[in-house]
Amino acid sequence: MRGFEYVVADSPAAARALAGEVEGARFYAGGTTLVDLMKSDVERPRRVVDISRLPLSAIELRGEVVRIGALARNSDVAYDATVAERFPAVSEALLSGASGQIRNAATIGGNLLQRTRCTYFRETRWRCNKREPGSGCDALDGFNRGHAILGTSDACIATYPGDLAVALCALDAQVVIDGDGGERTIPIEALYVQPGERPDRETSLAPGELIVAVELRAEPLYTRSHYLKIRDRASFEFALASVACAVAVDGGRIVGARLALGGVATVPWRAREAEAALAGAAPGEEAFRRAAELALAGARTREHNAYKVELAKRAVVRALRTVCGGAA
Amino acid sequence: MTSVAERPATRGFIGLPVDRVDGRAKVTGEARYAADTAIDAPLHAVIVQSTIASGRITEIDESAARAVPGVVEILTYRNAPRVPVLPFDFTAPVSEQLAPLQGPEIKYDGQHVAAVVGTTFEAAREGAALLRIRYESATAEFDAEAAREIEYPEQWFGHEAQTRRGDPETAYARSEVRLDATYVTPIENHNPLEPSVTVAEWRDGDLIVHDSTQWVRGTRAALAKHFDLDEERVHVIAPFLGGGFGCKGFFWPHAAIAAMAAKLTNRPVKLVLTREQMFTSVGHRMETRQRLRIGASRDGRLTALLHDTLGAASRVSTFVEAAGGVSEMLYDVPNVAVSHRLARLDVPSATAMRAPGEAPGSFALESALDELAYACGVDPLEILRRNYAAVDPSNGKRFSSKHLLACYERGAEAFGWSDRPRAPRAMRDGDELIGWGVATATYPALRSPAEARVTLAADGTVDVASATHDLGTGMYTILAQIAADALGVEPDAVRVRIGDSSFPNAPVAGGSMSSASVGPAVQDAAQRARREAIRIATSSAGSPLHGMREEDVETSGGAVRAKGEPSRAIAYGELVRLRGDGAIEALGSAAPDGEEKYSFHSFGAQFVEVRFDEDLARLRVSRALGVFDCGRILNPKTARSQMIGGITWGIGMALLEETVRDPRYGAVVTNNLADYHVPVNADIPNVEVEFVEEPDYALNPLGARGIGEIGITGVAAAIANAVFHATGVRVRDLPIVPEKLLGAPAS
Repeated sequence: MRGFEYVVADSPAAARALAGEVEGARFYAGGTTLVDLMKSDVERPRRVVDISRLPLSAIELRGEVVRIGALARNSDVAYDATVAERFPAVSEALLSGASGQIRNAATIGGNLLQRTRCTYFRETRWRCNKREPGSGCDALDGFNRGHAILGTSDACIATYPGDLAVALCALDAQVVIDGDGGERTIPIEALYVQPGERPDRETSLAPGELIVAVELRAEPLYTRSHYLKIRDRASFEFALASVACAVAVDGGRIVGARLALGGVATVPWRAREAEAALAGAAPGEEAFRRAAELALAGARTREHNAYKVELAKRAVVRALRTVCGGAA
Repeated sequence: MTSVAERPATRGFIGLPVDRVDGRAKVTGEARYAADTAIDAPLHAVIVQSTIASGRITEIDESAARAVPGVVEILTYRNAPRVPVLPFDFTAPVSEQLAPLQGPEIKYDGQHVAAVVGTTFEAAREGAALLRIRYESATAEFDAEAAREIEYPEQWFGHEAQTRRGDPETAYARSEVRLDATYVTPIENHNPLEPSVTVAEWRDGDLIVHDSTQWVRGTRAALAKHFDLDEERVHVIAPFLGGGFGCKGFFWPHAAIAAMAAKLTNRPVKLVLTREQMFTSVGHRMETRQRLRIGASRDGRLTALLHDTLGAASRVSTFVEAAGGVSEMLYDVPNVAVSHRLARLDVPSATAMRAPGEAPGSFALESALDELAYACGVDPLEILRRNYAAVDPSNGKRFSSKHLLACYERGAEAFGWSDRPRAPRAMRDGDELIGWGVATATYPALRSPAEARVTLAADGTVDVASATHDLGTGMYTILAQIAADALGVEPDAVRVRIGDSSFPNAPVAGGSMSSASVGPAVQDAAQRARREAIRIATSSAGSPLHGMREEDVETSGGAVRAKGEPSRAIAYGELVRLRGDGAIEALGSAAPDGEEKYSFHSFGAQFVEVRFDEDLARLRVSRALGVFDCGRILNPKTARSQMIGGITWGIGMALLEETVRDPRYGAVVTNNLADYHVPVNADIPNVEVEFVEEPDYALNPLGARGIGEIGITGVAAAIANAVFHATGVRVRDLPIVPEKLLGAPAS
C-alpha cells in the first residue's frame, strides 16, 4: 500500500469536485474492493474521497420504480421487503455473494464496480493489460480455471466477478449517474465495457462521475425471477457460473423471458438471443436447452475453463426450470 | 484386546468435559499472541520475496524504498548479519538448508530476498513495494514427473523410507485379482488463522523471541545455532497460537531474519508474514503421486501391496511425505513394498501438515481398497474387516491396544451402513444422487521425553510449568485436569504455564504426541509434589496428621486428610507454610518405553454421506461420522472438537483445497483465502464423533493417546468412495471439484 490523501465529501457535488482535482482519485464507500486492492498495491490512488456519509442510502418506491441509493448496504437491499418480493433474483444474488460481514459493509454502487478476481490482475508481479495496458496477459496461458469464456479478447479474459449486476442486468435495471452535466440514467448493460484492446477501461463512467442510484421498474415479469449460483464451496465464494432469469408463462407459452449469466463473462452477460428463442415457446427442457445453447454460442475457452461451457448451460436449464416451477 | 498394564487408581477430573481454562482469556482478548507482544517502540519488518524460481539477484535498487519516511533499514544479502547453513535434526529443526539473506542465489519463487524495516508497519510495507530487485533467471523445473533429479530418501523422521516384506512383485503377479491405480494429492497449505510471527529483541547479547511456534525448545536451539549462542542465552516465548497444524512445528527462515534485523538495527523488531507469504514461507503439504498395486484373492483378502510415492520436493529440504507408511502396518498383507521418491524441483520446501504421511497415504490406500471391494463384489466395509491386522504386520509386535473392529461395528450401526445398496447410483432424492463411503483412520501413538514442574504455593494454588504448547487444542485445560486429579484439587486452583523455553523440556507440539508425552510428566510431577506434601503432613509436629502412616492418608479438596476421617486434614497451603522453606516444588518426567514389546497406534472408522446434484455437478457432504480408538479420553469436550476439526480438514482436502502454482513460473497463484478454498460453515454438516474408550496403559499411566491428527485420516477416501457410490465415477486426484464430475454433456 502506498501513502495517500484521505478526504471526506459532504455532498455528491463536493465528492466529484474533490475527485476531479487529483488524477486517479478513488471514491471510498464500503471499501471492500478498494482497500484490498490498495493493500496489494494494485490500486495506488493518491487521493481517496470518502463518500460513505453521503445521503444516498435510501431504498424508495417511487410509483412503479424502486430507487436504490448507491450507498445502500448489500444486506439492507437483500432484506428489503419490496426488493425481495418484486425482484427475488436481486435479493438472491445479493445473499449469494460474499459473507454476512462483507454484505454489511459493501454498498450497491461499489458492488457494481467490483473488480475482477483474476489472480494475474491482483498481484503486481504478473503481466496484465488491465492493470498496465500493453504489458500482456499472463492469464491467457496460465491458471485460468475461473476465467471468462464470453466477451473475452486476446488482451483479457478476466471474469466480471459480481452477482448483483447479473441479476440487475436480467431485470433491465437502470443506473443513475451524477456527472458534470447533472444526472443521467443508462441501462445497466451500458455501464460495462468489454475488454477488447483496452481492458483497463471497464465502464462507461467518465472520470469523476459518481453512481448515485440504481432503479428497477416493478414489472410483473420480475416477480418470477431467480438467481442460481454454482461455486466450489457452499458459501463465501465467487461463481464458477451463475444465471439470473425471469420468465412469464401464459396459456402454456412463455410470454416474456429475461436471462443473464455471471461468472463466465468479462461483463454481466445478457443473453438476448436466448430470450428471443424462449419467447413463444412451451416451457420445458427442449426450450430451456435451446436457450442454453444460444446463451453460450459465442464461448471461447482456454486450457482450464472449458468445463464452464457445459456447466453454464446446465445452470441455465436448471434456473429456467426452477423459475417456471410447475409450468414446465 | 484387553489392556496390558495394571489399571492405576483414578480420581475425579480426568475424563470430564471441563471447559477450556483459557477460553475466557481468548474471547476477551486477554490472551496475548506473538504479534500482541507489548514492547516499547518496536521496528516493523516486511519481507520481500523472490519473483523468479531459479537464478540469481543481479541488482538491488534501494533508493525509492529508503526514501519512504520511516524506513530505517533494508536487509539484503549485501548487509545482513552472517548466519550458517544448518542441517535439520531433531534438536535444532531447521527446515531449509538455505541460510536466509546470505547470497544472491535463488532456489524457489517466494524465497526471502530482503526485509524492509520501518518505524511503522505502513512505512515498511510501502518501502517493500518500492524495493526494486532485478534477477537473472536460470531454467527451472516444477513438474515432478519430468524431474531430472529423483532421490530415493533413506529415512523419514528415523523410519526407513524404502521397505519390503515377502515377495510383493511375484505375489502381485500371481494374485487372482489385481488393481493398479495412481492417486494424486495436490499441494495444500496449513492456513492457520494466525500467520507466522516473530518479535525479536537483543538484550545484553541475549536474544528474546516471541514467536508463533509449536516448539519453543526447537526454535531456541535453531536460533542459538544461527547466532552461535549458548541455548541459555536464547529465550523463546509462545503462550498462545492461533493454529499451527505443522507449519509452525519446525524452524523457518523468517524467524532468523527478524533476529538479524533486530541485531542490525539494535532495536526490537516485529515481523508478521502476510497471508500470501504464508503459502511459500512455512512449508506446505507436498504434492504426491501414489501408485498402488494391490493383489488379492477373489474374496478380497490382500496378498500383495506395492505403494510407490513420488513427492514434489524443494532442493533445500530433507522432508519426506511418507504416504506409504500406512501401507506397512494397517492391513494384514504378507507381501509389501513401500517406496518413496522425491523429485527435486525449484519450488518452496514442504513440511509436516496435519497427519503428514497418513492424510495423503490413507486417501490412496483406502480408495484402492474400495476399488478392490467393487472388483471382488465385497461390501467396502467388509473388505476392511477381512484384512484386519491383529498384530502389526510391519514388525510382528502386538498392538498395545487396538479396538478397530469395535470402531467399524459401532460406526456401521450408528450410520445405518447395513441399509446401503451395493451398486453405485442406487440412492436418489429429487435432483440429488446419494452415496455412502467408509475408510479406516489411523495414526501412530508417538511420544517423546518430557518434563514438567509442579509447585504448591502457600496460598493453596498449584502452578504447572512445562515448555509445551497449546495450539488451540486444549493443552492448558487437560494439564490442569491432570494436575488437579493427581493432587486432589479443583482444576481452577491450577495455573498452567506453557510456551516458554525456560520451562522444563517438552517436545514439539506435533505428531499428536503432546498429551501422551507431557501429560504423564505433569502427572509424575504432581504425584511427587503430593508425596512431599504427605510426607510433611505426617512428619511435622504442627500437623493434625502428625505421626500417621503415609498409607493412612489421602488427598482431596486441596488438602491431605486422614482416611475415614476427612475432617482431620491439613490444606496444601498450610503445609507449605508449615514447611517454612518456600513452596513445595517437584520436577516430573516421562519417557517412551515398551517399544520393544508393543506397536502403538490409534485407529478409527470414518463414515460419510455425500449428495450430488448431477446436473450442476454440485457435491456436498451431508453426513459424517467418525468413531475413534484413541485410548482414554482426557477431556471429551476438547477431544470432540479436535475430531470435528480433523474431519472438517478432511472435507476440505477432499473437495476444496489446492495450492496451484503457475506451471510456467512456479509461483503460487492461489495465495489467498479467496482462491485457496478452505471449507466454510455451510460446507460442514453435523459431524458426529464417538470414542471407543479403551485406555492404553502400556503407552503411559494416563492410558491416553494423542488425538490431534487422526481425525483427518481416511476422510478424503471415505468421501471419494461415497462419490463413487453416488455417481459411479472414481476420482483419484484431489480435490474433487465440479469439472471432474461434470461428465458428458447432458443430452
